[in-house]
Amino acid sequence: MTYELFLFYVFSAALLYASTMVITQRNSVHSALFLVLAFCCAAGIWLLAEAEFLAIVLILVYVGAVMVLFLFVVMMLDVDRASNRAGYMKYASVGVLIAVVLAVEIMLVVGPGNFGLEKYPALVPQAADYSNTKELGRVLYTVYMYPFELAAVILLVAIIAAIGLTLRKRPQTRYQDPSKQVQVKASDRVRIVKMATEKKMELK
Amino acid sequence: MELLDSFLPHDLAAVIWIVLKIVLIVLPLMGLVAYYTLAERKVIGFMQVRIGPNRVGPNGLGQPIADALKLMFKEIILPTKANKTLFLIAPLLTLGPALAAWAVFPFDAELVLADVNAGLLYILALTSVGVYGVIIAGWASNSKYALLGAVRSAAQIVSYEIAMGFAIVGVLVAAGSLNLGDIVRAQDGSLFHWFWLPLFPLLVIYFISGVAETNRAPFDVAEGESEIVAGFHVEYSGMTFAVFFLGEYANMILISALTALMFLGGWLSPFQGTFLEPIFSWVPGILWLFLKTAIFAFLFLWFRATFPRYRYDQIMRLGWKVFIPITIVWIMVVGLAVVLELPWWFD
Repeated sequence: MTYELFLFYVFSAALLYASTMVITQRNSVHSALFLVLAFCCAAGIWLLAEAEFLAIVLILVYVGAVMVLFLFVVMMLDVDRASNRAGYMKYASVGVLIAVVLAVEIMLVVGPGNFGLEKYPALVPQAADYSNTKELGRVLYTVYMYPFELAAVILLVAIIAAIGLTLRKRPQTRYQDPSKQVQVKASDRVRIVKMATEKKMELK
Repeated sequence: MELLDSFLPHDLAAVIWIVLKIVLIVLPLMGLVAYYTLAERKVIGFMQVRIGPNRVGPNGLGQPIADALKLMFKEIILPTKANKTLFLIAPLLTLGPALAAWAVFPFDAELVLADVNAGLLYILALTSVGVYGVIIAGWASNSKYALLGAVRSAAQIVSYEIAMGFAIVGVLVAAGSLNLGDIVRAQDGSLFHWFWLPLFPLLVIYFISGVAETNRAPFDVAEGESEIVAGFHVEYSGMTFAVFFLGEYANMILISALTALMFLGGWLSPFQGTFLEPIFSWVPGILWLFLKTAIFAFLFLWFRATFPRYRYDQIMRLGWKVFIPITIVWIMVVGLAVVLELPWWFD
């Protein structure tokens, strides 16, 4: 067994363990942290496949930003576990049915028929000066230009929609206008009153 | 390396060689962190017309060692209802990324542990992972002050990371590479070839975001002694607290060094292209890098002694409404300059 293969099994085992823990943990913060571990393991596997740009971006975007916001929300939720479990048996049959349908669908699409090893040429190890980032950028901005731009537009729409949904002006809320605060001069706030000097006391 | 290769199997020798290099980076860094804390107390002392620590050793030079010994022998207290594993992992999660980031850092033209193509991206990823230490510490402590500190810190770091990332995008567009060594080489020429001039707004934004990212004054709402005691590390004591402390200062040095690398030409001599260049040619590049890093490391301390803590909404406003628009505009300016091959930075 080569060192790379050994690493692959270590990362894969950790990934499977972490993913299982995500759905079996009772504490939602633990689940989120195991999801972070799963992302890190996936990044490790991608690194082994010489996709270093994707691996680092996975850490940067999902671990460094998305999961932080996730944790941010999950930490502050006070999940009532008892009421969550109340309807468990009632919905179990429907849940199992949906799960089976989903699993079959996924297997049909991501099966060996479409994504089997023989469908792809063997991975060629690249030289040390090969830049994964450059290649990805080249493909993204030439071959996949339109899908890429479309994805960007969809994200933009999502941003606008999210802001539109949450943006509401309440008349009673008071806002500060920092530019006004900065532009204030002493003469706007303080009135200097001139008055005749009082008579000096005579010293004897 | 050859010596090790001669009596050990090749793979083992390589591993030992790398570990040796890591030790060579981490040990001086730890020493630097220790004396950075002393420098902070001395500098702020002088700024406030005090003397600062002067009892341990000559001029107080033994103070960091005394502090380290004190922290090592203090009891580590585990809060009863804390989540023990996460409580103990959290300090390591702060220190780990702060140290791991140095792996791709070029100290000189040849002096780098791992000359990685995507080095800049790697550092950005690791600095963004550092926030987990703070969040997990805040949550696992099972204390409301710690949780408040963690929530504040998470919101702040995520906000400033965007501005920081955009500032780095500007550098990467100007240098045309993600490799840290190539970024320095792109600034070769003279003092005015360095990126501080064409990317000045990005320099300011990167450094200020770095201050916010390390939770330092005036952005230290995560600690906020006067409101939430000590924020996320209120329940920590002894060595676990010391590790948080180490992580924070290692991060400050990292941000200073990165700013020096990306905007002040890293190991390049400031006298390049002038008549002084041959006179100073004996100075090793790493010394220039150290001096440039020291400028920004000093700024960290100066900020702390000067500015009052920002209000939370002011922090958010500065990050989202001021920094991000400026960086986006400046990236466009830099992109245009690169396309037009504006001499001499972008040719």
